[in-house]
Amino acid sequence: MNENEMLFSSGVLTGERKGAVSPPESLWNDKKGGLVVVECPQRIPCNPCNTSCPVGAIKTFADINDTPEIDYSKCTGCAICAAVCPGLACFVIDLSFSPDKALYKLPYEMLPVPSKGDSVDCLGRTGEVLAKGTVEAVTEPKRDRTHVVHVSAPKELARDIRAIRVVK
Amino acid sequence: MMKETTTDILVIGGGAAGLSAAAEASSSGAKVTVVESDLHLGGQLVKQTHKFFGSKDEYAGTRGYKIADILLDEIKQNEKNVDVMTNTTITGYYIEDGMFTAMRGEESYIRIKPKKTIVATGAQERLIPFPNNDIPGVYGAGAVQTLMNVYGVTPGHRVLMIGAGNIGLIVSYQLMQAGVEVAAVVEAMPKVGGYWVHAAKIRRMGVPILLRHSIKEALGDRVIDGAVIMELDDKFAPTGAERKIDCDVICLAVGLTPTTEILSQAGCDMRYVPQLCGFVALRDRTMRTSNPDFWSAGDATGIEEASAAMVEGRIAGLCAARSLGLPVKSDRFDEYWSRLDHLRAGEVGEKIRAGVAKVMRDRWED
Ligand SMILES: Cc1cc2nc3c(=O)[nH]c(=O)nc-3n(C[C@H](O)[C@H](O)[C@H](O)COP(=O)(O)OP(=O)(O)OC[C@H]3O[C@@H](n4cnc5c(N)ncnc54)[C@H](O)[C@@H]3O)c2cc1C
Ligand code: SF4
Ligand code: SF4
Repeated sequence: MNENEMLFSSGVLTGERKGAVSPPESLWNDKKGGLVVVECPQRIPCNPCNTSCPVGAIKTFADINDTPEIDYSKCTGCAICAAVCPGLACFVIDLSFSPDKALYKLPYEMLPVPSKGDSVDCLGRTGEVLAKGTVEAVTEPKRDRTHVVHVSAPKELARDIRAIRVVK
Repeated sequence: MMKETTTDILVIGGGAAGLSAAAEASSSGAKVTVVESDLHLGGQLVKQTHKFFGSKDEYAGTRGYKIADILLDEIKQNEKNVDVMTNTTITGYYIEDGMFTAMRGEESYIRIKPKKTIVATGAQERLIPFPNNDIPGVYGAGAVQTLMNVYGVTPGHRVLMIGAGNIGLIVSYQLMQAGVEVAAVVEAMPKVGGYWVHAAKIRRMGVPILLRHSIKEALGDRVIDGAVIMELDDKFAPTGAERKIDCDVICLAVGLTPTTEILSQAGCDMRYVPQLCGFVALRDRTMRTSNPDFWSAGDATGIEEASAAMVEGRIAGLCAARSLGLPVKSDRFDEYWSRLDHLRAGEVGEKIRAGVAKVMRDRWED
């Protein structure tokens, strides 16, 4: 097994795969509110991303084990899927946020819950600190203690930032 | 004299499977008694603070302990038909007179003689041997979960997790949620056994998952203060590469095995099926065992998931009620089976499908 496959087998996405693709740049760049990024490359019996999306942007699964497929033209960036997905595998990234920053809407289930204005560490897929981000909003779409933290951070990290850590 | 009671259907175990069986059977009008060892109902569910997978029918996206509440609410609707005994353990079955003995609390013993029985006793944790595994600080994952999620106590400060199946991955995540550091997860296989998304969750929080690694020994004098882990080659033999990990807790999440003593006592035909993780009862599609008065469901029939356990429980509850001559909605049987087939359709269901194929009987010769 090569290094990349080994890393993937331990839970780190290494390049795009079925169920884990980035939105097409042409739609993504100017999309107000952002687009969903799903990283769910394994066939598992699960579909709340589809059943929770209010606009049908995550296509209906023919088989509950299918990996998610997305109709980006419908996605509003509402991040409801991010709050519902039990795998914390749905993120929304808004590249239209500012000239140099993107708004990352990331699911968050740790303590403490940050507040607007806080500076947080933005983490990559192995927990490495990639940048500092600023919390722009914190929502709890389903009132079930999964928060979605909206963080502004450098745009060029859109393919890498996937979590935050609150530093006290 | 020892108190003796009777009931239409005795459900042993009040977890996902048992509660579903009780809900289903009581809604058909059967008098059901649920016996549960623990102080409260819910089984594994009450310890699961994370959101479940599966489909909407099995409450996907809902946290485990909330699912237990949903099932309990359903049972309340037929309250008059359901008798619940918590803090009560079934200790034996006497096949000669169809009698169960049970211990209630510490002192009192009772006898129960049901018409039909559904065994939903769940599973037990496996352990692996290594030097010093008797030093305080070595826990099973179930104990860690009970401490944290039922009693609100953290087991320590820094944990080494052994096993990257779903339990190891989820308990690691829950430890981090409780503010406990996870030093690493070690896994002998070349791939995480649990869902990839659960692994990704803890990886992005900075936890290393060391594949092809295992624990060599625990370190410490009176309590654990570290562990030596070792690398394995593709034949699971140590390569010689070793490393010390600082930790005060070693948590074992190396698998579960079905709890089936009662089924053996009832003379049910049992078979060892590796894919189902131990000895399990042969069964037909109604979840009936070779003993015509015994059904089984959930992890006791093979280690799977709460989603499948709930559907199996419903099938067992429905069919046990039907065997009493009660009017049941028969179309539900096919609906439940189609749900089970869906849940087992994927890559991860392959193992279960192979295991179930070995124990499924078309019909019992009466
Ligand atoms: C960490 C972890 C995470 C999990 N995550 C998921 C998930 O995301 N999705 C999912 O679908 N599943 C998940 N599961 C699996 C799920 O919890 C189990 O498959 C499910 O709870 C099995 O239900 P059950 O009713 O068969 O067994 P249990 O829930 O174990 O219930 C069995 C009950 O029987 C009782 N009992 C046993 N023997 C006796 C006796 N002699 N007398 C009286 N009572 C007795 C026990 O006390 C117990 O309460 C997870 C499990 C764990 C440990
Ligand atoms: S962000 Fe909103 S619209 Fe887009 S896929 Fe998720 S739930 Fe659907
Ligand atoms: S809800 Fe999340 S884990 Fe489940 S299929 Fe959708 S993206 Fe994957």
